[in-house]
Amino acid sequence: MQATATRQPDAPIVAARALTKRFGDYCAVDGIDFSIEPGKCFGFLGPNGAGKTTTLRMTMGLTPVSDGELTVFGLPVQQHAAAIRGRTGIVPQADNLDPDFTVEENLAVYASFFGLSGADIDTRIDRLLDFVSLGERRKAKPDALSGGMQRRLTIARALINEPELVVLDEPTTGLDPQARHVIWGRLTELKSHGKTLLLTTHYMEEAERLCDELVIMDHGRILAQGSPLELIARHVETDVIEMRGQGDAMQALATGSGCRLEQMGNSLYCYTHNPAPLIEQLKDRHELRFVHRPTGLEDVFLRLTGRELRD
Amino acid sequence: MATLTLPRIRPAALYVWRRNILVWRKLLVPAMLMNFGEPVLYLLGMGYGLGHFVGDMAGMPYLAFLASGIIASSAMTTASFEGMYSVFTRMVPQKTYEAILATPLDVDDIVAGEMLWCATKALFSGVAILAVATVLGVVQGWQSLWVIPVVFLVGLCFAGPAMIMSSLAASYDFFSYYFVLVVTPMFILCGVFYPVDTLPDVLQGAVQVLPLTHAVHLTRGLVAGAELTQPLLHLAVLMIYALVSYLIAAILVRRKLMI
Repeated sequence: MQATATRQPDAPIVAARALTKRFGDYCAVDGIDFSIEPGKCFGFLGPNGAGKTTTLRMTMGLTPVSDGELTVFGLPVQQHAAAIRGRTGIVPQADNLDPDFTVEENLAVYASFFGLSGADIDTRIDRLLDFVSLGERRKAKPDALSGGMQRRLTIARALINEPELVVLDEPTTGLDPQARHVIWGRLTELKSHGKTLLLTTHYMEEAERLCDELVIMDHGRILAQGSPLELIARHVETDVIEMRGQGDAMQALATGSGCRLEQMGNSLYCYTHNPAPLIEQLKDRHELRFVHRPTGLEDVFLRLTGRELRD
Repeated sequence: MATLTLPRIRPAALYVWRRNILVWRKLLVPAMLMNFGEPVLYLLGMGYGLGHFVGDMAGMPYLAFLASGIIASSAMTTASFEGMYSVFTRMVPQKTYEAILATPLDVDDIVAGEMLWCATKALFSGVAILAVATVLGVVQGWQSLWVIPVVFLVGLCFAGPAMIMSSLAASYDFFSYYFVLVVTPMFILCGVFYPVDTLPDVLQGAVQVLPLTHAVHLTRGLVAGAELTQPLLHLAVLMIYALVSYLIAAILVRRKLMI
């Protein structure tokens, strides 16, 4: 079909240039550029209000673009939103399962919105319920499911049209650690099946585990872009020593160490490429507690977006 | 999709309609009870009770007069309730439309599908009353079956304004205004309980622009055999209300959801 013919095999799945979204005077997305390669997991990492969800909604044609260019599968989103959504699976931030339908009815009715029905779809539903380990609960109503199960059902629902691209808005927010690990496992499996994943998150661990490439967003702009390891190498030192204890003593010790310092709450973070001397000194100072670890995405994130509280 | 382009009506709207009828089927018993229970109460209570004192009205037994009017007013209230409380539930707290919009369907399909569904529920209530009225012996022959498509049209004509209210509402409380200021006055004034020509002159002119007046003319003509002098005018008024309210509802719901 025309929709598939327009894209070269390795052309980007999503491409945005100077993409902008304004609500009145407020600029939610401020001229961002990004492109998502097929088969990759691409993440938008940012604090609340950074413009992540707005970007996703524009990508799916659910909110009009104010300015710039945006194509998905090589198609301009504005004119081809329905065709694009037909080839995409969307997992929204809050579950919006149909409370009146059972687990399997939720999938069957959702399939009907794509014009899909029949024996093929029944077997696809069985397969998807197995994939998200809900085969036993197929006759249950969503209200009877745990938060993790509802999320898995929402993911299964997003796969009902065998999408090439799966878009997930904060897929594990509000879930307990076990449930998050199950979701991460399923998403990794999807990637191994060649699906392109696009997700937003504010969990560093999630971004670090899942994303091949990510952008850090704040105030509608992209602050940095790259693989998790590239971002860490580019923006922060290799090591961090986190100290807790009496403020003045900590400060005095750290200032002499030559590390880059960041205060957060009653912890002091000392960033350095050479942690050995400071650790040596800290060994004799029993009144100060410290943790030494390699730097991670969280350090990049905090360095770029600042440490003030967001709501 | 720009907010102001003309809405399209596509077969995809039927997917939304189908979703609703599948939910309705699960609640069949209470739904049927509502459909039959209310008109039976009205017809028995008012038709026999009040009819005992009234005798004939406009050349027919009061029960026949009332039954043929209630078919229209019940289509109005059914479509209005569905288009407000149920549509609002799906639009806001339940986020059903958000889920539907993640598929190839768009807002126009949702609005058209919901209006068809509201009209379908109006049709169910109309059929129920027609059945009760038939049992009570106040239905005039087979031509009264024509009232079924008419009731569907009446449903469409009230579904649109109800959906406009849903798109403007911040909460369920808002709908009280519409019921008190629009639905109830029509129920009382548009000829359901007495002929409109007994109203003061000023009001007689005013009720001619209200859709329920035209709906009642049609249902009374078809069900009770009253003389129908201007059927095309009545149909045209209902169609214009349905079409214009669909266009406005589609634009307002887009504004609410496509932000």
